[in-house]
Amino acid sequence: MNKVFLVIQREYLSRVKKKSFLIATLLTPLIFPAIMGVFVWIAAEEMKNQELRVIEVVDETGLFFMESSEQYAFSSSAKSVEEAKTWVKEEKRYGVLYLPSLDLKDPQGIQFYGLENPSISLIGYLESALKRKIENQRLFNEGIDPEILQEIKTEVSIQSLTLQDSGEEVLTDASVNYGLGFLSGILIYLFIFLYGNQIMQGVIEEKSSRIVEILVSSLKPFQLMMGKIVGIGAVGLTQFLIWVILIFVLSSFVLSFLGMQMPQQQALEMANPEAMAMAQNQGDLTSMLQVIHGIDFVSLIVSFILYFLGGYLLYGALFAAVGAAVDSPSDAQQFMFPITIPLIVAYLGLFVFVLQDPNSTTSFWLSIIPFTSPIAMMGRISYGVPFWELALSLGLLAVGFLFTTQVAAKIYRIGILSHGTKPSYKLLWKWIRSK
Amino acid sequence: MLRINQLSKSYGAHVALNLIDLEVPAGVIFGILGPNGAGKTTLIRIINQIIEQDSGTVVLEDKPLSAETIRKIGYLPEERGLYKKMSVADQLIYFSRIKGLDAQESKRRVSYWLEKMDISSWKSKKIEDLSKGMAQKVQFIATVIHGPSLLILDEPFSGFDPVNAELVKNEILELKAQGTTILLSTHRMESVELLCDHVAMIHKSNKILDGTISEIKSQFRSDRAQVVLNKVSKELPSIWTVEESRQGQLRLSIPMGGQSPNQLLTELMHFGEVLSFQEQVPSMEQLFIQQVKANSHE
Repeated sequence: MNKVFLVIQREYLSRVKKKSFLIATLLTPLIFPAIMGVFVWIAAEEMKNQELRVIEVVDETGLFFMESSEQYAFSSSAKSVEEAKTWVKEEKRYGVLYLPSLDLKDPQGIQFYGLENPSISLIGYLESALKRKIENQRLFNEGIDPEILQEIKTEVSIQSLTLQDSGEEVLTDASVNYGLGFLSGILIYLFIFLYGNQIMQGVIEEKSSRIVEILVSSLKPFQLMMGKIVGIGAVGLTQFLIWVILIFVLSSFVLSFLGMQMPQQQALEMANPEAMAMAQNQGDLTSMLQVIHGIDFVSLIVSFILYFLGGYLLYGALFAAVGAAVDSPSDAQQFMFPITIPLIVAYLGLFVFVLQDPNSTTSFWLSIIPFTSPIAMMGRISYGVPFWELALSLGLLAVGFLFTTQVAAKIYRIGILSHGTKPSYKLLWKWIRSK
Repeated sequence: MLRINQLSKSYGAHVALNLIDLEVPAGVIFGILGPNGAGKTTLIRIINQIIEQDSGTVVLEDKPLSAETIRKIGYLPEERGLYKKMSVADQLIYFSRIKGLDAQESKRRVSYWLEKMDISSWKSKKIEDLSKGMAQKVQFIATVIHGPSLLILDEPFSGFDPVNAELVKNEILELKAQGTTILLSTHRMESVELLCDHVAMIHKSNKILDGTISEIKSQFRSDRAQVVLNKVSKELPSIWTVEESRQGQLRLSIPMGGQSPNQLLTELMHFGEVLSFQEQVPSMEQLFIQQVKANSHE
């Protein structure tokens, strides 16, 4: 047992001590917001720098007046389509919108001419503007004033609450649950792949550099394999815990900042009832925060850790077996298939079934079967899962990883000492069956 | 020290070891010879408990192999490797602790050995920054760091330059002087003749030869003498072959014909001045080739 601990220690320290670990741990949580920030920034810059595009409208119906926007200005000084087209060629106009005299019930033959292929957003913009105008025009023709229609438009939003056994009513929001399920499911998927690959690389390193020959003369192959899997798993947990702490610290900063804003806002509301409407937006944010408050993060994090460990151990053993069977990472591809398929099924199942309807039969089975449950169950947990289902799922996961570990250990034991022969599935099967 | 009894191992239809018996006395350098694929590595792996035998027993210091015997064995495999990204000291401490020594003792021994091999300055260097020869030295220390009573060296000199090979040879001899038993697997005969007290030869999974160097040599001696005569004054018997003639000196190969060396010498004196007299003994190399050939024709 002591020796397994030594292996765990070596695997753990040799990874955590690396600078790349520190950098990856601190930067990863920032990468996604950063990428999104860069995109938003680029889009905003583009919008700002875009010159106003003048579009000539040739309207043969005489019914349409196009309002200009920040990006597009509309003019209607051309006498004919042909004239407008020459303006486009002379680059006096960006494009021509041609509206022939048309049947409002079935508008056909609207055309756009331009020197370049117009963007989807421009076409979409024009289509929706025209649609609105045609609809208004038709309402008007039927004798309904569009202004009245505008006035009677009403915003409806439903607050959903779940009834707890304790009698409490907790504010819920499917979009928050969706987000949490999505994030934690993907995180487990990534963790299994990332750290599973590290196991495989580590095993291949020891095998190809022949260190393993010295190691297995000092301890049992099974001890070596488990030490490696557990050591690398501990690295993953460390990384996750650092992220949890980072997020907790950052979010409490944000919350206390919002909390300081709140009293002023309430004072404003009381002083000026008209500001109530303005405060509506803020209200959305507060209820969002309330929803997030209502989620049991402790049980979410605990089940994340349990499912991460279970899934990681289950797949980690298989990654170790593949590493032991091959001589180099490039040979590993052929054996990755049976590992990748269930993971991808779980990943797709998360999006197609679990997040859409967490309580459907397919979602249930995906979250019970050990090979898919670590990812699928995370998609359900924030919605609330009955205890017996969690217990069954975790129990089966434990059985599953005991099973894969047994199978993997047999491949590993023989594989690490076999060089030169390129193994086939048939040979692996022989290794598994050997006693 | 090490007693191997009726040891067999096969992989599927291929028999790697067939009823091998070996008795390695304490404190000797014991050579295991044999061409590639003879079964040497399988034998060594079984002693190291890396693989299990099909039948037969291995007894080390009167105890069958177990988890406790691991500490008593130091093993240098033919194909070597170290963790490239680990420092020399960390690596050696790891290998020492994994053999069962505690952290403090391991540290003490690492500094002792680094000093002894004159490489203390490499202590915190990573293996990937060392040359191949330097890494081999570290590897040798990793093998002996825990003070094993049985040292198993598989082709220990491959990969060493002559200077470092000499250094390792001296370390081996020093360990022997301290009472360590050394099992040396090799097909390099010059090192066998130089180092080994006792050899066993394995060929096609069977033991074909076993004994001390002098026993084996006398078993296979050719019963001829090599003589150099000066100022030959008489006609020589026709069964004596002249191998070389230079400036009046003749080098002869003479069948002993049951005579003792002294009898032959007395006879030789009648023919001229005896400059040198040596009983012709085959070298281990000749013996090795001859044995492999003889056993391949069966």
